[in-house]
Amino acid sequence: MTSLVFAYGSQLWEGTVATVQLALLSLGLSFVIGLAGAAAKLSANRWYSMPATVYTTLIRGVPDLVLMLLLFYSFQDLLNRITDAFKQSQIEIDPFLAGVCVLGLIYGAYFTETFRGAFLAVPRGQLEAAAAFGMTQGQTFRRILFPQMMRFALPGISNNWQVILKATALVSIIGLRDVVRVAQDAITGTVSKGAYYAFLFLLTAALIYLLLAIVSDWFFHILMKRYSVGFR
Amino acid sequence: MGDYKLIVENVFKRFGAIEVLRGVSLRAKHGDVICIIGSSGSGKSTFLRCINLLERPNQARIVLDGTEIVLKPDRSGELNVAKPRQLREMRSKLAMVFQHFNLWLHLTAIENVIEAPMHVLGLSKRDAIKRGRENLAKVGLAQQLEGRYPAQLSGGQQQRVAIARALTMEPEIMLFDEPTSALDPELVGEVLKVMHQLASEGRTMIIVTHEMNFARNVANHLIFIDKGLIEEEGPPQELLANPNTKRMRQFLAASR
Amino acid sequence: MMDLIKEYWQQYLWGTEGRPSGMVVTLWLTILSVCLGFMLAIPLSLARVSTNPIISRLTLAYTYLFRGTPLYVQLLLIYTGIYSLHAVRATPLLNYFFRDAFRCTILSFTLNTGAYTTEIFAGAIRATSLGEIEAGRAFGMSTLTLYRRIILPSALRRALPAYSNEVILMLHATTLASTATIADILKVARNAASDYYLPFVAYGIAALLYLVVSFLLVWSFHLAERKWLAHLRPAIKRMG
Repeated sequence: MTSLVFAYGSQLWEGTVATVQLALLSLGLSFVIGLAGAAAKLSANRWYSMPATVYTTLIRGVPDLVLMLLLFYSFQDLLNRITDAFKQSQIEIDPFLAGVCVLGLIYGAYFTETFRGAFLAVPRGQLEAAAAFGMTQGQTFRRILFPQMMRFALPGISNNWQVILKATALVSIIGLRDVVRVAQDAITGTVSKGAYYAFLFLLTAALIYLLLAIVSDWFFHILMKRYSVGFR
Repeated sequence: MGDYKLIVENVFKRFGAIEVLRGVSLRAKHGDVICIIGSSGSGKSTFLRCINLLERPNQARIVLDGTEIVLKPDRSGELNVAKPRQLREMRSKLAMVFQHFNLWLHLTAIENVIEAPMHVLGLSKRDAIKRGRENLAKVGLAQQLEGRYPAQLSGGQQQRVAIARALTMEPEIMLFDEPTSALDPELVGEVLKVMHQLASEGRTMIIVTHEMNFARNVANHLIFIDKGLIEEEGPPQELLANPNTKRMRQFLAASR
Repeated sequence: MMDLIKEYWQQYLWGTEGRPSGMVVTLWLTILSVCLGFMLAIPLSLARVSTNPIISRLTLAYTYLFRGTPLYVQLLLIYTGIYSLHAVRATPLLNYFFRDAFRCTILSFTLNTGAYTTEIFAGAIRATSLGEIEAGRAFGMSTLTLYRRIILPSALRRALPAYSNEVILMLHATTLASTATIADILKVARNAASDYYLPFVAYGIAALLYLVVSFLLVWSFHLAERKWLAHLRPAIKRMG
């Protein structure tokens, strides 16, 4: 029975790598979108704040799986129509790339809210002092606002990361060979051999996610310590 | 214009429908110590904050070291600088000490002091630390405290670090916005002592304060602002002994 | 597009004769798992704050397991995994239970939302002020009465904002039921999309329906918070 797990071991490892890469890239993208979104939402200019509010409200009101299927298949459909119109062969969207884009877009909305709250939690006097000492806006952001904001944002970032990590499992539905997909393929692969080890494979997949969650918890614990210097 | 370091003329400021400043002016020569007094809500802090444009006046003329700051009104009718670079340059010459210290919470005492000299003035870290340590010593902060974060210092210590932070910019003029108002009474003295020492070194200072004794003994010019206007001004000892206006007499009686 | 809507609108909302689908199924999945999860979370949150370390740790193990792994994997494990075990299929009662997609789905949803809800409630119980508890003790209440009359009502009210968030996330999570062949809104959308090759329209309608239900939930929780959390609002708005 364990030999089967070993046989699928390398595939499971590849699936795990795909899952972690997908999660990390999605985190990066949603982080950037979140910063921009928070800046837009806090802007006094309605032309920035309104679209940002619409974005976060819509994204957070619709389930991630629905958004993923909506965006993935609509975009593929659009692409097919374009290639058909130009009598070209069809281009298949890479599920990994699609996963990064869709997860980035979805969790960008959650990060927008995280960062908005964190920006607001930084006392105004901190920024005023930076301005009074002649810092540029860029310097004020990099040297004062961002490091202080991170402290308030870290619990939210940690939470969003854990959610993104688990949400990557959904990308197997649009065809990415991640941990879940490898486990499912392993099940169908072993059915023909007369062994039905679905429970074992899925349990392994679950344990891999659990391990990733524990490692992340530990990592964020250290980060939290680092960023809480100077605060009590 | 002569030898004035700073000329601020005709500052008007409205918050919505409320006129907070209705034409306040001030001139400072090198070595002047100017105290601004007035009841809360008189506009004295707003005036100070208009000088380095933390507050945008609706009307004003500011000349620093013979150079006029170019101001132009924006859509809301408030004045803004025409050249952001000039604003930053001006602010680096006018170092401010705030009522609530506003030390950067994520930086230690020494990091707070060297932050702006390094990143605004472009000093090397070594020079900035050297200068910063001198100034921390000058404000009487023990060297072993320089690695502490603001939250680990007392209010008086924090305000003295804030003064050292301002000093390390080697500013032309120092602006103090009620520097002792947020302190426990027993901590006020240590901050006033440092300020007294700075004044005796011949530094140019503009101080918004409630400390009448300090104003009497240290300032060479006193301005009393009431309802957004300068009600009286002159040498502090004369002014405090014989106020001319009823408003100032009332104010002095109330703040005794 | 109109053809798609004409053929599928009933299925999107409540289904066709005798076969409920769409919104009705989604709501039913949500209500059932949220209610069962709530009933699970009440005793478990008390166990979680228990001073007995074994009870508290065991509960933590449960919540950590279910919060640390994707719901999709939990669903697969319960629906596909458990049923693959010979012992399960050999036991009539277990065989009966795990053979059915709907029961497996509800079980995994309940265990999942139960874990999150347990932690939310436990956090709120821990935050109950000692003063309230002491006052209860001073009036001679037993521990049971104390929990029933003082700690739980106070904690549940304070948990409301976090709990409302969890309910909305659960509504969104029910979309996974479509992977277990259950005819919720998303499943109808997937059928419609492949029938008409109109993914944008088919999934767009689904997105809109979820959006409406989400907003209704947010709004009703908002009303509930105003009613039950009135005592936490400052009497006079403080000046900035």
